[in-house]
Amino acid sequence: MPARFADWFAGRGWRPHPHQHAMRQAARDGAHALLIAPTGGGKTLAGFLPSLIDLAEAAEREGLHTLYVSPLKALAVDIARNLTAPVEEMGLPVRVETRTGDTPQNRRKRQREDPPHILLTTPESLALLVSYPDAAEFFASLKTVVVDEAHALAGTKRGDQLALCLARLQRLAPGMRRVGLSATVAWPEALAEWLSPTADAASVRRIEGGGAVEPEIRILDTKERLPWSGHYGLHAAPEIYQEIKRAGTSIVFVNTRAQAELLFQELWRVNEDKLAIALHHGSLAREQRRKVEAAMARGDLAAVVATSSLDLGIDWAAVDLVIQVGPPKGVSRLIQRIGRAGHRLDAPSRALLTPCNRFEVLECRCAIEGLRARTLDGEPPKPGGLDVLAQHILGLACAAPFTADELFAEIACAAPYKELDRETFEAVLRYVADGGYALKTYDRWRRLFHKADGRYEVASPRVAHRHRMNIGTIVESPTLKVRLKRGAVLGEVEEYFASQLQPGDSFVFAGQLLRFDGMRESWIEVSRAPGGEPKVPAYMGGRMPFTTHLSERVRAVLEDPSRWADLPEQTREWLRLQQWRSVMPPRDGLLVETFPRAEKEYLVAYSFAGRNAHQTLGMLLTRRMERMGLRPLGFVASDYVIAVWSLHLADDMAALFDEDMLGDDLEAWMEESSLMRRTFRNVAVVAGLIERKLPGTEKTGRQVTFSADLIYDVLRRHEPDHVLLRAARDDAKGGLIDVGRLAEFLRRTAAGGIVHRRLDRVSPLAVPILLEVGKEQVAADAAVEDLLEEASAELEAALIEEAMGGPMHAELPL
Amino acid sequence: MSRVSLGAEIALNGARLTAEPSGALYWPARETLVVADLHLEKGSSFARRGQLLPPYDSRTTLGLLADAITRRRPARVICLGDSFHDADAADRLCEEDRAAVRRLTAACDEWIWIAGNHDPAPPGDLGGRVVCDALTDGPLVFRHEALAQPAAGEVSGHYHPKAAVAQRGRRISARCFVEDGRRAILPAFGAYTGGLNVLDRAIAGLYADGFRAHLLGPRKVYSFPRSRLLRAV
Repeated sequence: MPARFADWFAGRGWRPHPHQHAMRQAARDGAHALLIAPTGGGKTLAGFLPSLIDLAEAAEREGLHTLYVSPLKALAVDIARNLTAPVEEMGLPVRVETRTGDTPQNRRKRQREDPPHILLTTPESLALLVSYPDAAEFFASLKTVVVDEAHALAGTKRGDQLALCLARLQRLAPGMRRVGLSATVAWPEALAEWLSPTADAASVRRIEGGGAVEPEIRILDTKERLPWSGHYGLHAAPEIYQEIKRAGTSIVFVNTRAQAELLFQELWRVNEDKLAIALHHGSLAREQRRKVEAAMARGDLAAVVATSSLDLGIDWAAVDLVIQVGPPKGVSRLIQRIGRAGHRLDAPSRALLTPCNRFEVLECRCAIEGLRARTLDGEPPKPGGLDVLAQHILGLACAAPFTADELFAEIACAAPYKELDRETFEAVLRYVADGGYALKTYDRWRRLFHKADGRYEVASPRVAHRHRMNIGTIVESPTLKVRLKRGAVLGEVEEYFASQLQPGDSFVFAGQLLRFDGMRESWIEVSRAPGGEPKVPAYMGGRMPFTTHLSERVRAVLEDPSRWADLPEQTREWLRLQQWRSVMPPRDGLLVETFPRAEKEYLVAYSFAGRNAHQTLGMLLTRRMERMGLRPLGFVASDYVIAVWSLHLADDMAALFDEDMLGDDLEAWMEESSLMRRTFRNVAVVAGLIERKLPGTEKTGRQVTFSADLIYDVLRRHEPDHVLLRAARDDAKGGLIDVGRLAEFLRRTAAGGIVHRRLDRVSPLAVPILLEVGKEQVAADAAVEDLLEEASAELEAALIEEAMGGPMHAELPL
Repeated sequence: MSRVSLGAEIALNGARLTAEPSGALYWPARETLVVADLHLEKGSSFARRGQLLPPYDSRTTLGLLADAITRRRPARVICLGDSFHDADAADRLCEEDRAAVRRLTAACDEWIWIAGNHDPAPPGDLGGRVVCDALTDGPLVFRHEALAQPAAGEVSGHYHPKAAVAQRGRRISARCFVEDGRRAILPAFGAYTGGLNVLDRAIAGLYADGFRAHLLGPRKVYSFPRSRLLRAV
């Protein structure tokens, strides 16, 4: 290491970590490198050190040298600050700047004319840079690209976009070295492949950061009665409060925004010592969040209640304790969250898991086992989205003309698209060019011209301008701002929640009790409420399913009573009762219980395939039961089980759970499903079929939702094989509909067999799911027709009662 | 169960009408089928500005209209204006769709294109007769846009009404008919037509004494009083 750098380290009493040396060596060897290390331990510095040294020693320093890409704007800004220290202290002739959506227009323009040595940015801002005609010039000098939090990008649409942009950068700067920084993942091989310029894991040198000290984790053995169901964990608030009090600084992680709001309220209710407890989640106003982050960094807070909005990023010095309320849903996620405590490699992180109900006790315990056994989970990256590809192709056309062959070769270098076949590629290219419809009426209004020399070029500057307004792969669900009367914006709620408020209703948001006063043009106006029974903001898709890996572990524990010894007494007793009344679910194979209740027949299946797969399973089971004449009436699903009730008893379980369920029934249901509509909307926005912004005006999410539905219906009817419908199906199957896990469950069931227990009443293990009946909001997919029917039937009943009973107030408006 | 019976019965200024799930209004006494706001070639008007929506909206709309006509076999069809999305829309119709329009207009004794703000001069070469202002027939008067002052028996379009109700925590929003026994506004029939919430002043202001909304379900029409409806968000 050059003297200037060695002195700087020594001056701070630091010694370079071995992985920092290894990263430096990789740079010397010109090797692409992936550093996998737990949080802390100077990972970011390890990524930048070789660039700083290279820049310090270079004779010639013209142009952009290093590009840093992070999933978070805030992280880019934070890193810029952290880099400034060494640069200034060592007096390096290096200019570091950020470029994100927040960067003012004039500075962005200046950056393109006179690039800094190190530019810190996000995948979206990079995609925008790549779409400019001067991209070739701008990136020609690029030596290194550093991708931070690579694990959080690979496998997402943002990761697909970044991989495509990196493939382009590699063409513009063939010598460019790729460096990835990542938390520990279950699939390092796939991550290396994702980072590689040739979609080949072997081309990337893998460097492991030192292992962290084994964390100290406990499960809260509550003295309160442990609830049978529910996901808020409010029963444990006093005990959590005591833990916060004992620790110096804590992060209380929860799984949903609604839970964050409620637990925050509950903690303040018991906050006798007036500890500084704050709230942080993705719906709060940005300034609000920045304020909390800053207070946390200064060490002013006793605790912050947070969702995954704090999973990534900003480095805080001293978090003493991480409290996870509710199960972490996966081992990798648990490790990441726990890693927020301590943040130093030599001190153990301390964590407390607080299950919210009995099943969650098992899940927490299994997550800890998984962590100790170092068996990580999470799915390896999926193939790249065709919608993202469409967006990227148009972006490239905005930069410079290309031939289909060149483009295909470039795209195949990006790992998410290495399996892309030529035919699909051509379909996406056609879509970008003229919409790709069989009915050729849009020739006049093409987005790409196919020139005589075989190259494609963007049809007009207007097309390019519109494209640049729509870059990005994150599609927000429609929201409305929440604003205090004559006061500040507190954050945003989903429009769907706002639509159900009546003036005078109170709800909990941003840690306050608010009264809804009314709807304004584009926000909802509120004032502080004196009291009352509040509603809880609803957020779609807040809960993620638990991983396959945790499912396996939970099933193994349930099957084996010898492993129950160290479970809390209340949980143990519950399992013993189940043994006595019914049987335990087998690890391989499926337990189905049926029993009569309130003149209905209940069927409870212990399928452990996760919430999303269970929703799909519920829809498919009820369809099938309908055909069998069993008259199904409804179902409810959790991560662990599914309960269906019907008028008649189902007895042929083998037929009910047959693998052929995933055939025509699935296809037929998917087409009609609102999940598909939602997915199509996202795909249509990303692929540029629907624009989220028009020059000058920004469409609200609501308008987007509306037109996407109409387009979906028309396209499905007339061109069911259109490439965007295909993209939407792929997305839905991998995501909300979770066909993969459902298929895996059906295979497991077919192999392991079905145990059917006919009971005379509900079993102990089935109680939690039955308690969810009625509480659960109606399945996202209940048929519109059924709901309208129900609403108008209620209305009819009310009218009849009004007519037959009390005085007739209604005037017929004739 | 006959498909026809799934509409909602409406009494309008003494005339008995059926609001159909398709969005069409049927008047049995005069064998008349009424539709509003077809907005043919709305898709290509977007394409012209660079947004390449699927070019199948006209044929979808015409297909639905053909179905409605087949069910009722009306002697007369009245299109309440904005049948074409803009002045060039008829020219942009592809040959197949033009033929479909001609077949429809030829199949009825009488076909009336009432002019709308999008199509002040509907084309003359596709069959049917153009009415520029309003058409009066017995108790009913058909025009594109409702008059500001109350008008008995008025049947109009223009506003693309839709309404929303909440059920079990879900908001269900659909196109709808609006009426108070005196005047009715039809939902837009076109495949790419959006909507305006009926509680918006532009629509609700036309009904000083309240109204009923008849929401179009996939197979059936559902009727709700104003008090049961959710406002726009």
